[in-house]
Amino acid sequence: MRDFPEHPDWLWSSPQPKRSYDVVIVGGGGHGLATAYYLAKNHGITDVAVLERGWLAGGNMARNTTIIRSNYLWDESAGIYEHALKLWEGLEEDLGYPILFSRRGVLNLAHSLQDVRESVRRVHANRLNGIDAEWLGPEEVKEVCPIVNVSPGVRYPVLGATYQPRAGIAKHDYVAWGYARAAAAMGVHLVENCEVTGIEVTGGRVRAVETAQGRIAAGTVALCAAGHSSVVGAMAGVKLPLQSHPLQALVSELLEPVHPTVVMSNAVHVYVSQAHKGELVMGAGIDAYNSYRQRGAFHIIERQMSAALELFPIFARAHVLRTWGGVVDVSPDASPIVGPTPVENLYVNCGWGTGGFKATPGVGWCYAHTIAHGEPHPLNAPFSLERFTTGALVDEHGAAAVAH
Amino acid sequence: MTSHHRRHRRPGFGGEPLRFRFDGQDYEGLRGDTLASALLANGVRTVATSAALGRPRGIYASWTEEPNAIVQIEHPFPEPMLQATTVELYDGLVATGLTGRGRLSDRPDPARHDAVHAHCDVLVVGAGPAGLAAARAAAGSGARVILADDRPIAGGSLPDTAETVDGVPGAAWASAVAADLAGRPDVRVLSRTSVFGYYDDNYLVAVERRGEWGGQGRARERVWRIRAGRVVLATGAHERPIAFADNDRPGVMLAGAARAYANRYGVLPGRRAVVFTAGDSAYAAARDLASAGVEIAAIVDVRQAPGARWDGAEILSGHVVTGVGGDGAVSSVSVSDGREIQADLLLVSGGWNPVVHLFGQAGGELRYDEGIGSFVPRSARQALEVAGAARGVFSLSGCLEDGAAAGARAAEAAGFRAPPRHPAPRASDDGASDNGASDNGASDNGAPDADEPVAFWLVPSGDYRSHFVDLQRDVTVADVVRATGAGLRSVEHVKRYTTAGTAHDQGKLSGVLTSAIVAHAIGADIAQLGTTTFRAPYMPVSFATLAGRDRGALHDPVRVTSLHDWHVAHGALFENVGQWKRPWYYPRPGEDMEAAVLRECRAVRQSVGAMDASTLGKIDVQGPDAAEFLDRLYTNMMSTLKVGAIRYGVMCRADGMVFDDGTVIRLADDRFLVTTTTGNAAAVLDWMEEWLQTEWPSLRVYCTSVTEHWATVALAGPGSRDVLAGLAPGPAVDAASFPFMTWRDAEVAGIAARVCRISFSGELAYEINVNAWDGLALWEALHATGAVTPYGTETMHVLRAEKGYPIVGQDTDGTVTPADLGMDWVVSKKKAGFIGKRSFARSDTARPDRRHLVGLLPADPDFLLPEGAHLVESSTLPEPPVPTLGHVTSSYRSAALGRTFALALVSGGRERVGERLYVPLGGEPVPVTVTHHVLYDPEGARRDG
Repeated sequence: MRDFPEHPDWLWSSPQPKRSYDVVIVGGGGHGLATAYYLAKNHGITDVAVLERGWLAGGNMARNTTIIRSNYLWDESAGIYEHALKLWEGLEEDLGYPILFSRRGVLNLAHSLQDVRESVRRVHANRLNGIDAEWLGPEEVKEVCPIVNVSPGVRYPVLGATYQPRAGIAKHDYVAWGYARAAAAMGVHLVENCEVTGIEVTGGRVRAVETAQGRIAAGTVALCAAGHSSVVGAMAGVKLPLQSHPLQALVSELLEPVHPTVVMSNAVHVYVSQAHKGELVMGAGIDAYNSYRQRGAFHIIERQMSAALELFPIFARAHVLRTWGGVVDVSPDASPIVGPTPVENLYVNCGWGTGGFKATPGVGWCYAHTIAHGEPHPLNAPFSLERFTTGALVDEHGAAAVAH
Repeated sequence: MTSHHRRHRRPGFGGEPLRFRFDGQDYEGLRGDTLASALLANGVRTVATSAALGRPRGIYASWTEEPNAIVQIEHPFPEPMLQATTVELYDGLVATGLTGRGRLSDRPDPARHDAVHAHCDVLVVGAGPAGLAAARAAAGSGARVILADDRPIAGGSLPDTAETVDGVPGAAWASAVAADLAGRPDVRVLSRTSVFGYYDDNYLVAVERRGEWGGQGRARERVWRIRAGRVVLATGAHERPIAFADNDRPGVMLAGAARAYANRYGVLPGRRAVVFTAGDSAYAAARDLASAGVEIAAIVDVRQAPGARWDGAEILSGHVVTGVGGDGAVSSVSVSDGREIQADLLLVSGGWNPVVHLFGQAGGELRYDEGIGSFVPRSARQALEVAGAARGVFSLSGCLEDGAAAGARAAEAAGFRAPPRHPAPRASDDGASDNGASDNGASDNGAPDADEPVAFWLVPSGDYRSHFVDLQRDVTVADVVRATGAGLRSVEHVKRYTTAGTAHDQGKLSGVLTSAIVAHAIGADIAQLGTTTFRAPYMPVSFATLAGRDRGALHDPVRVTSLHDWHVAHGALFENVGQWKRPWYYPRPGEDMEAAVLRECRAVRQSVGAMDASTLGKIDVQGPDAAEFLDRLYTNMMSTLKVGAIRYGVMCRADGMVFDDGTVIRLADDRFLVTTTTGNAAAVLDWMEEWLQTEWPSLRVYCTSVTEHWATVALAGPGSRDVLAGLAPGPAVDAASFPFMTWRDAEVAGIAARVCRISFSGELAYEINVNAWDGLALWEALHATGAVTPYGTETMHVLRAEKGYPIVGQDTDGTVTPADLGMDWVVSKKKAGFIGKRSFARSDTARPDRRHLVGLLPADPDFLLPEGAHLVESSTLPEPPVPTLGHVTSSYRSAALGRTFALALVSGGRERVGERLYVPLGGEPVPVTVTHHVLYDPEGARRDG
C-alpha cells in the first residue's frame, strides 16, 4: 500500500550565508521558495538567499489544508489564482518532483437563498474569466460527493453548490521541497535558523538585514513572512494594514476512501478533503482573537466537528488524531498585498489570509517578476499597498465570509 | 476456548466472562480485560498487518502508546482504528485487525455524546502514585480538586507491578486512596477520563469514556471542559523501544507492557522470553513474569556492568539483540554473541520517556536529561506543576514524595494553606516505580548508573531497513537516515519526510527515538535537536464526541417569532435568514411559488397585506450621548430627529461601504430604538460595542438587544389605514394627524402597541409593535377583519425591488457606497465626522464608473434573469477573460408592472439608463435595457394612501 513516491535522495544543502546577496527573501515558506525559484528560472537571478527563521516551509506552508482552486469572485483575484492553477497543473513536471497534485474538484456549498445568489454570481463571473465553474443542485452535489448530507431536513440544508472540477489538493511539504530543491540546484542559498531581527534602511532605500547569523547586505529585500508580516514590515518602518489570527486545522486517522472531492461550506463553517493516504484533512474559520502563536482555542475545533457531522454524518466515529494552528495575515479587504513599498527596493508579499497555499506558484511567479523588473506584474498590480489609500479594494469578504 | 495463557483472575476485576469475536473467531475474555489482554489470553499473537509493508504485527504495548495492534470495531457500532490496548472488552464485541486504514460506517450513529463544564482549584492529571499523592495533599488543604485518570482503575502503573505501599499491594493502596478522595465533598475523581488538550489560561479538555457498556440513555463519551486554578501533571512515563532488525514482529513487546499483562490482567504474553534492556526496570519485569510462569531464557543487557542483579536467568551483559527469527511471530532471538535463543517473547526496554505531551501543549519548554536519556520539563508557561515520572522521578517512593509536594504547592498557589504533610507512604521500591520504573529506581543505591550509557537507541547493523522506528507508519532507521542524507537537519522535516510520529501514538514511542537517530546520523546533539511539537489531542478522540449535543436541530439554535405556529398552521414555507425561520410565502392549494407571490403582491398593492417583521434586529440605545453616538455611526444626522419621529439611516464601514440600514426611532431625548436587517442584528450590536469600548469609551451610551421582546407586524397596502382604524379607534390615523415617518403609542385590538408609519413597499403602511407575547393576538385580530392577506419575505422582496429599495447583503456586497445606490441624500454634508466619511474622499470612491444600482428590463418581458448573472457590453462574446460590467442582484416577476424586472449593479450604470446590455447565460446572450432603479410609483404618490 506504499502508494507514495519515494523522495529524492537529495533535497537541499545548508550553506553558510554570504555577507551579501542581490536579493534577500525574508521567509522560507512556500511563497519565499517559489519566488526564489522563479527569480532564478524566469529571470536568471540566482544570487539570492532565502532566510528562514526556523525550519524551511515550517510555517503556514506546513499547516494548511492544501486546497487548490481558482474560483474567486473578482476578476483581479481570479486572474492571479487562475494563473496559479495553470502552473499547478504543470508543476510536477516543471519541478521534477512528485507534489501529488490531485485534481478532484471543489464544491462550495450554498445553504441559504443568499448563498445561492452569491454562488451563482461567482459561477457566472468565473465563466467570463475562462475558469471552469458550474452550479449544481443538491442531487448533483450528491453525485459528485455521495457522502454529503443533502437531506432538506437538516438545520441548514444544502441548496446547491458551485463546482470547479479542475480544483484539487497537493502535498504541501512536497511542493515546498520541490521548489527548495530546484532553487537550490540553481544556486539559491536556503538558510534555516536565520531569523531576521532588523532591516537596515538608509536614504529611503533598503541596504541589509540583521539576522541571527549576522548582517547580510542586500540589493533588494523581499518580504514573504506570512503570519508575521506586520512585525517584519515594521522593522523597515513600513506599516502594513494587517491583523494576524490563528487558523486551526486537524487531521483524522487513515481511512478507506469515502470522500472523492473537496467540500467547503462557509455557512456551516468547515472545509474538508481526504488526503492521499486516507486521512481527513479539515479546517474551519479563523480564531477571532489576534495572535502570533501557532495555536488556537478549543471551542473552534468543537464547532468544526459539529459542522462536519452536519454535512457528513458518516464521519461520526472518525477520530481527531492531531490539531494544529498557523498564523494568517488578514488584510482589510481579505485580499493579498504584493508589490513595492515606500522603501526603495523593499517589496512586500503578505495578507493572503487563508488563501496563500493555493496561490503559491502564481504569486511566486508574479512576485519574482515584480522584484526583477522593479514594478508589478499585471496580475499582482491590483494588489498594491496603495489601494488602501485610493480605495481600489478587491473585497473578497462580501461573497465569501471565509475566503479560504 | 479457555486459555492456557490466563494465569489467574486479578482481584477487583470482577472476572465475569465476556464473549467477543476477533477476525471471525469467537473468544472469551474477562471483565476488566482490554481487547489486547483478552487476545493475548487466547494466544492470539498477530493482530494486524502493517500499513505500508504488509508485515504481521502483534501487541507491543499495553495502553495509549500502542503503535501496532490497530483494530476496527465492527459491533455494536463500527468504529475505525482503535488501539486494541485501549479498548475495554465488553460482551458481544466484534473487531477485526486492520491494515493501515479504518472504515467508516454510513449507518446513523445511535450514540449520544455530551459535554460538561467544571471548575476547580487544582486539577491533577493522572492517578498514579504521584497523582494520588498530589490529589491527597491538595484535597487536604480544602481546595476543590479534580483528579482525572485515563484508566478504569486508579494507580497508574501500580497494578502493573508487584510493588507495595505501606505494606499493601500497590493497586489496593491506590484504590483505597482513590475511594477516600472520591468520598470527599470537594473532590471529583474521574476515571476513564483522558485529559487530551491543554489550552491557554489553564483550560484543559478531557474525554470521559462511559462506554458502550454503560447502559441506556447515557452519553457514550463526554468532553470535560475544565478551568483549573492550578494543574498538577502526573502523567507518568512511556517505555522507550530499541531499534534492531525485525523489532516489529509479533512477540516483541515492551518489557513494562509484558509486566502489565502478567500483573494487571493475569495474562502471560508468551512462554519463554528473552529480555533486551538498557536499564534496570526490565529486571523487575523479568522477575514478575518469571513468578507468573514465563520462562526467562536470558537477559541481554547492553551495559557492561548492569546495576541490577538477578539470578533467575543468564545475564548477557555488554551484548545486544541483533534480530529475531521465526515465520511471522518471534520464535527465536539472535544475540550479538552469536547465540540464537529459542523464545516466543522478546521484552524490550530502552529506558523511559517522561510523558511531557500536555506540558508541551501548555507551551512549556523541555530540556534533555542525560541521566535518563530523554526530555524533561524545564520551564512552564502556565500555572502548573509536574510531578513524578513525568519529570523523570522514577522510583515509587520518589513519586509519592514528589506528588505530595506538588499537590501541596499547587494548593498553596491556588490560595489554600496546605495541611501538615502525611508521613510519606513506605514504598517497596522493589525495582520499579511509577509507570514501570527506570534505571535509578531499581539500583541498590537508588542512584543513576552514572558509568553506563543509559540511553541506548539503536543496534548497529549493515542495513537498517528492518530496524523500525515508527511501527504504525512502517518507518525504519534506513528511512530516517535517508532523510538526513537528503540534507534534512530538523526533526520536523524528518518527521514529514518519513511520516514517523504521525500515526495513532503521535510519536509517543517513536518521537525521542527519531530525534536520537537523527542526532546520531548527522553528528548533532539530541539536546539541540529537541522534539517535534506536541499537539492536542493526546490520544485520538472521535468527531462525534467533540460535536457532542450540537448536532441536528441543536447544531445551531433555531429562532422563531411568536407568530411561528400560525405561519406553520397556514401552510407557510420558510426561509432561513441567519438563525431565523422566516415565512417565505404562503401557497394556497394548487399554487406554486410564482402564483402565490404574485397573489400576495397584488393583495398589498391593491388592498392590504400583513407580514411578520419580528425578526428585524432591534437595539435600544440609551444614554446622554446616544444622539451623538448615532450621529457618528450613521451617515445621516440622527441628533436632529424629534421625539416621536422616525428616520431611515445607513451605516458604513470605515471603508465607506454600506454595512447595514434600518430605521431609527426617537423615544426620548436620550433614548432611541434602532432597527437593523434580520441577518445583521448581532453584527450591528457588535459594531456598536466595538466602537464604544475601543474608540469612544467616553461616550455614555448603553446598547441592548430587544429583538426578541417585540412582535412586529407590517401592515401594508391602500386598505391598511381602514384596517388599523377599525382596530385602533383611539388615535386619528389620517395622513395629517399621523404623518409618514412618525410613531404613536396606541391600543390596537386592545393591545398596547407602538405604531410606526413606515413603508418598505411604497404603499401606505404601518408597522405595529407589541409585546412578543401579544403578537399572536394582534396577528389574529388583523386577520379576523377578513381584509388582510399574509405575505412572506419573497413578496416583501418583490415590492421593495419595484420601488428600488436595496436589500443590504443582496443588492450590496461590501463594495457599495450609499452614492452607488443612488442614495447621496442619506450622507450628511453637515456632520463633522461619521464612520466611513473619510473614505468617500478617496479617489476610487469618486470614480465615475463605479457600479451603480440600476433597474433592468429584459427585452422579453416574460424572461426572468437569474440572480447572479453578469452583464456585458455586446451580444457577441469574445474569448475569456470577458470584462463584466456588473451583475444582477435581484430579479422578479412583477404583478404591478405586468412583466419581469431586475436590479443590478452596473459599471457607470446611471449614465447607461436606456442602453441595451447583454446577459450571457450560455447560448445567445439575453438583451436587457438599463433603467432607473425605481420602477414603480416613482413620484411616491401611494405612500399616504
